[in-house]
Amino acid sequence: MKDKIFFHQYPNGLVLVAEPMPWLQSAAFSFLVPSGSVYDPPDRGGLSGFTCEMALRGAGARDSRQFILDLDNLGVERSESVASAHTSFSGATLAENLPAALAIYADVLRTAHLPDDQLEAGRLGMLQELQAVEDEPAQKVMLELRRRHYPLPWGRPAQGERLAIESIAIEEIRAQYRLRYRPQDTILGVAGCIEWEALRDRVGELFGEWTPGENGDIAEQIAAARYEHLPYEANQTQIGIAYPSVPYNHPDYFQAWGAVGVLSGGMSARLFTEVRERRGLCYSVYASYHSLKHRGGVFCYAGTGAERAQETLDVTLGELLRLEQGIEERELDRLKARIKSALVMQQESSGGRSSSLAFDWYHLGRARSLEEVERLIDALSSATINAYLAKNPPQDFTVVTLGPKTLEMH
Amino acid sequence: MKFLQHTLSNGLEIVAECNGDAHSAAVGFFVRTGSRDETDAVSGVSHFLEHMLFKGTPTRSADDVNREFDEMGAHYNAFTNEENTVYYAAVLPEYLGRAVELWADVLRPSLREDDFNTEKKVIIEEIKMYEDQPPFCADEKCRAAFFGPHPLGRSVLGSETSIAALPVEAMRGYFDRRYSPGNILLAAVGKIDFDALVQTAENRCGQWTPVSTNRAFTSSTPQENFLVEHKESAFQQYVLQLAPGPAAEDDDRHAAKLLAVILGDDSGSRLYWELVDPGLAEQATLSHGEYQGAGMMATYMSCDPERAEENLQIIRDIYRRAQTEGVAENELAQAKSKVRSHLVLGSERPRGRLFPVGGDWVYRRQYRPIELELRTFAEVGLAEVNAVLQKYPLEKCTTLTIGPLAAVKEPK
Repeated sequence: MKDKIFFHQYPNGLVLVAEPMPWLQSAAFSFLVPSGSVYDPPDRGGLSGFTCEMALRGAGARDSRQFILDLDNLGVERSESVASAHTSFSGATLAENLPAALAIYADVLRTAHLPDDQLEAGRLGMLQELQAVEDEPAQKVMLELRRRHYPLPWGRPAQGERLAIESIAIEEIRAQYRLRYRPQDTILGVAGCIEWEALRDRVGELFGEWTPGENGDIAEQIAAARYEHLPYEANQTQIGIAYPSVPYNHPDYFQAWGAVGVLSGGMSARLFTEVRERRGLCYSVYASYHSLKHRGGVFCYAGTGAERAQETLDVTLGELLRLEQGIEERELDRLKARIKSALVMQQESSGGRSSSLAFDWYHLGRARSLEEVERLIDALSSATINAYLAKNPPQDFTVVTLGPKTLEMH
Repeated sequence: MKFLQHTLSNGLEIVAECNGDAHSAAVGFFVRTGSRDETDAVSGVSHFLEHMLFKGTPTRSADDVNREFDEMGAHYNAFTNEENTVYYAAVLPEYLGRAVELWADVLRPSLREDDFNTEKKVIIEEIKMYEDQPPFCADEKCRAAFFGPHPLGRSVLGSETSIAALPVEAMRGYFDRRYSPGNILLAAVGKIDFDALVQTAENRCGQWTPVSTNRAFTSSTPQENFLVEHKESAFQQYVLQLAPGPAAEDDDRHAAKLLAVILGDDSGSRLYWELVDPGLAEQATLSHGEYQGAGMMATYMSCDPERAEENLQIIRDIYRRAQTEGVAENELAQAKSKVRSHLVLGSERPRGRLFPVGGDWVYRRQYRPIELELRTFAEVGLAEVNAVLQKYPLEKCTTLTIGPLAAVKEPK
């Protein structure tokens, strides 16, 4: 692997971090804008999401129709998502179209129209998204789990709350945009067939005049829930279990990552083997690591028929508790093989790489090269992970179930 | 980029798109069997069998199979649809031989009865999971109504009843009839040593005994229906609409795909501007699906129940207007640039390219390099797109809606 990562911070605070991948035909970008659900006022859950929705309805010289038409003609495959700390605007296209695509996004981030006459259309879209989650129990249980696991406002779902969405006014969206869409704390990750100097200059032209806004503080509350059952009419019971972990920027991150991988990375991992393969308790079971800037969490899911839900919860929790007794070197070896091939395959796609660069910068203030990640993975052993697990055994579980009947925590 | 092809003496075909510059390799065994090859007595067996292949062979336990794939760092899985069961893995080039050996072993499974009984529970959980998600159950029900008695209308998952009643002997019999080497394609993409690949296949699959397999080809007579499925507990209303479209072997399939982008891509299409952008629907899309001897244009819409009838009428009006007025040159140009970019981005990884390469061979016995596919799309003219609208009227469809509404008025 030969990779070289470039970065530049512009005087207004905007960070550009980029990795040339000259063997590709494509280029991808990922903006992290500091507008996330944690910045939504307490009675305005969903404001960041609504602001993102409205920012895409026309900007600069383009109305919403021209905006989409121009992106389509450039072949930009785009996506947006709102998380706790950020709104991300991502896209990938043929490399020669990247400069034109970035110019369109400069307008979205700097001069969105936020048109009053489209507010109701945007609101209807937001409300339907909220409603659609109710029909997807597996997604709903994990949103409810995160809401209870992290202290407020960190666990708030980006989809927001119905009452808030119903009453948000255009002035609030415009105020949020003025406050949160700003160069400081915005990170742009770019990967693919690019030339660094040209890119740096181009981004400078497009964003150099963007003026910084104010900073705001977040007041954190205490997370309370331990076990909560949410009644839901369905065949299956959805089970969500979370426990605290170290954040991505912690020196022990890779130890924590390794332990989660032993639980749920590949089909030979413990949860899949014990819950699904040996006992046939469910079709879908997994655990995944998630990080905020200052704390992390492991989020586990299992969905099963109501009559076997108690056994599924018991077996899954049992596997989480068993981690404290340690993992075996063989388990780690498989995980290492898996991550190594994943690292190589990251070089085959610009999209994944551009968002990793931006993610790294947010958490670490720099981006790790794939070589560095490989070295860090190589340095892991079952002994180092077991030492971590002895100090940090899975505990302090938050459990949410969704289904016909409540379960017992043993 | 080099395309190579070889057939073993027992009929197993091997195709590969070799790219010496690729970082990885992807490989797949494409078995030409799926729900259309089933009968009522074994409904869901193809998909259940796919799960059972992971349960081990005379020389490997289920744990061995998963462990060995994970030891290679493989990104692997399998899926079953109406016509194919595909087992695939993406690996670093040095593991390609081992991955092929392992799949080859997996493809001669033990099908042990105790594993069968345990896995039955997993399949039933999978069926229950989809039943809890209204759009998924709507999909199978709509396909059944659209294809009527034609085998493409059969359920891939089967039902809780058909799976519970399935005896292991019936699965073993189905396996013997369908997993014959002549009914299997081994496709590989990326950094491939083709001679070594053929040698591995010869060593591991060469002794598989061929039996004759066939697929029943009854002609399909698409049905027109309007069905309302009442699911009181659902929050949104979901609509599926299936109309006929070009089949996998039809030359107008590229025009049909461009038409689907123009009318119903998830962004910037006519459905998008009239339904999604104004907030009338959460999603509204049109896509083209192709099978052997049949094709379909599939509309999907989800919305607030209150708006369902109005939205159905809007969809009908959009399709009717397209039918009478045709689509415009600038819309076609826009669709082509989207498709071009989508194809290039999707082909950068061997694991993205594997399915088109395998699919082209399974359906058309053709190798279609990406340049050819791009050129074919570029050359589609407006007249051809509009001809698809005339040949396959979108109004002649089966509609199924599922959600909290007990009754829904049919659009005019």
